[in-house]
Amino acid sequence: MDVEILSRLQFALTISFHYIYPPLSIGLGLIMVIMEGLYLRTGDKQYEDLARFWTRIFAVTFGIGVATGIVMEFEFGTNWATYSRYVGDIFGSALAAEGIFAFALESGFLGVLLFGWDRVKPAVHFIATVGVWLGSMFSAIWIVVANSWQQTPAGYHIVGTGMEARAEITDFWAMVFNPSSVERLSHVWLGSFLAGAFLVMSVHAWYLLHGRFGDISKKAFRIALLVAVVSSLAQLFAGHKSAEVVAEHQPAKLAALEGHYDSLGVADMYLIGWVDKENKKVTGIRIPGGLSFLTGFDFKTRVKGLDYFGEEDRPSAVNAIFQFYHIMVAIGMALIAISLAGLYYWWRGTLFEKRWLLWGFVGAVLLPQIANQAGWFAAEMGRQPWVVYGHLRTSDALSKSVTANHVLFSIILFTIIYIFLFTLFVYMMNKKIQHGPVSGELMDDRPRQKDMTKKITD
Amino acid sequence: METFLGLEYSTWWFLVVGGVFSGYAILDGFDLGAGAWHLFLKKEKSRRIALNAIGPVWDGNEVWLVIGGGALFAGFPDVYATVFSAMYIPFILFLVMLIFRAVSIEFRSKENMNWWRKSWDRAYSFSSILLAFLLGVVLGNILLGMPIGADKEFSGSWLSFINPYAILVGFCSLTLFMMHGAIYLIMKTEGRLYQKMAILARRAIIAFIVIFAITTIYTLIYLPHLSDKFKSNQWLFIVPLLAMLSIANIPRLVTKRKYVQSFVFSALTIALLLIVVAIELYPVMIISTIDPAYSLTVQNASSSEKSLEIMLIFAAIGVPLVAIYTTFVFWTFRGKVTLDDHSY
Repeated sequence: MDVEILSRLQFALTISFHYIYPPLSIGLGLIMVIMEGLYLRTGDKQYEDLARFWTRIFAVTFGIGVATGIVMEFEFGTNWATYSRYVGDIFGSALAAEGIFAFALESGFLGVLLFGWDRVKPAVHFIATVGVWLGSMFSAIWIVVANSWQQTPAGYHIVGTGMEARAEITDFWAMVFNPSSVERLSHVWLGSFLAGAFLVMSVHAWYLLHGRFGDISKKAFRIALLVAVVSSLAQLFAGHKSAEVVAEHQPAKLAALEGHYDSLGVADMYLIGWVDKENKKVTGIRIPGGLSFLTGFDFKTRVKGLDYFGEEDRPSAVNAIFQFYHIMVAIGMALIAISLAGLYYWWRGTLFEKRWLLWGFVGAVLLPQIANQAGWFAAEMGRQPWVVYGHLRTSDALSKSVTANHVLFSIILFTIIYIFLFTLFVYMMNKKIQHGPVSGELMDDRPRQKDMTKKITD
Repeated sequence: METFLGLEYSTWWFLVVGGVFSGYAILDGFDLGAGAWHLFLKKEKSRRIALNAIGPVWDGNEVWLVIGGGALFAGFPDVYATVFSAMYIPFILFLVMLIFRAVSIEFRSKENMNWWRKSWDRAYSFSSILLAFLLGVVLGNILLGMPIGADKEFSGSWLSFINPYAILVGFCSLTLFMMHGAIYLIMKTEGRLYQKMAILARRAIIAFIVIFAITTIYTLIYLPHLSDKFKSNQWLFIVPLLAMLSIANIPRLVTKRKYVQSFVFSALTIALLLIVVAIELYPVMIISTIDPAYSLTVQNASSSEKSLEIMLIFAAIGVPLVAIYTTFVFWTFRGKVTLDDHSY
């Protein structure tokens, strides 16, 4: 295998693994802020127990997020040296801003968040919680800005030619607010809120199903459910906005998302399908002219297909991009459905009696994670063969002094360590969850009257 | 070239990067050093106290590395790209150790099993030692220079990074951090552990001074180009002189049991030694051993003026903020360590 494939593989491995954690930190951070805020407002001890419990879980996700995040920052230099030289002026400044404005805030207050419960006043601790959460939100801003600039470059000019060429900033704010950054940032934030909310709901649904921590779990579940309802619905709009930006600025990616080859034809939209690359056809359930309608509000709008672009200027893994994109969309819809179902039964007052729904929430924790990963795979593979869209090819972005053996060595090392790390993560999460939000079984209020009656009458 | 207070933007950014890496060395230096001592502490309670002495702050300390990496990438993309890709294997090892260490701190006290804690204790201590050592190896190789061609690309083998000088500097940074970490632990502990750390700190001081002296002599004999600046400008001699005085002051203060002051001076020593390095190298950042004309300098490896200007504004806003909440965290957790429910 060559350096390019291996380096891409390593990047995919390390970023996918890393991306399990930051969305959880952002989402859990939001819910912790709400819980602790409610505690400060109402003085209800249960909210404090919840905030403390989720802080303990947060500590694990945050710790692994930091450790795997440093790998990402170093990897641009180790594996993608040419890329680093090319984009340093722009990408580097976003990364530096992330470090100084976001990450420092996050990690600085983390110590107080985790260890300061009994050392500082509740209000000061709340400030630390908000600080950590805002830090994680700001981190997302700068990272998404940097990535969006690669998708839709703006506010720059190219200096030099050939291998000497590099992009330099001409307008900082145009770079920050490049055509896709706002849409993609809201998409990423909402995806993170969903990851956090569904984790909280999953754990507390599991408690409720097992008759543990009943009261406190209902409180937590309702908070997370509200976050999930709002975020999943908002995601519909944010996702659509992101797709519009892709349609306008990255036509080749758009064509790949729906497997649309015909160079200037009417484009369909698929609910589910399979791309046959040889015959340039998609088989599946489709809405004829659907993509045309979404891009031009007319079923007859002509959309640039993959054939409009030269073979070397368009993504090649069309079926994979198609599938990742459709998995993400399908999960997005499923999250709306399950969140609204939860809201409906809450309104009816029977939410916590619907065991099937609670079991659904227990398993649904994986859905936002899969959607987040799939969405990024579609976005990044859809940008190929470019690393900076229209300017720098992925194959030109590598480190010249690094050999395939080096990369193979590091891939093996990272694979072993990440498997180990993931095992530990699952183990620790399980342990903390089994332990629960309050020590002892003081909160154990089973068996509840209603369940008993139900079981007897069933 | 745009200037501010008579210095070019790129030079200002060189100072920022240097400042951030010095901050990193001082802050992560003491927690790496504390980690290196971990296996010297035999009692379970001592180990937990030592771990919790760095507990609330180690993560914040590591942020300085992240900021430093970002600052280097942003301001000197060529240096970042060349050094990181040239030192591929050492940096991958560094990253792996960083992960291991973070995980060890996080997981060690989560289970009571003897084998569990022992294994994590070893992982934590070995990774701390190796990280402190690797940082010195990287610095040693930067002082030596590396084969860099006209295309700014490294053209050697990574095995050349394992050489006597780099290893010597590696031991130098290891002993320096162990001294720094031992003094930090003295400040944070009481009773038997406190007395033990006071003894260990004295040993670390001796070890550091001996290895530092050897490194200095080695540098003067075999790397004479590293003292050209000091030979041509006598006034600069004041910096290494201050560094020597600062080092000499540490055992004096430790003997007098003025540990807070000795910690300040070991931090100052780290900063002064890095300033000596910076003076020697400037304006070169990475020496090319093929042809000095190919060396990566503050001028030929920097980002555009525009980018540097924006980032200098960032730094002017951001660094005081970072300083404020770093101070806040250290203030919150001042004093001797006590173990509670939230401890590691």
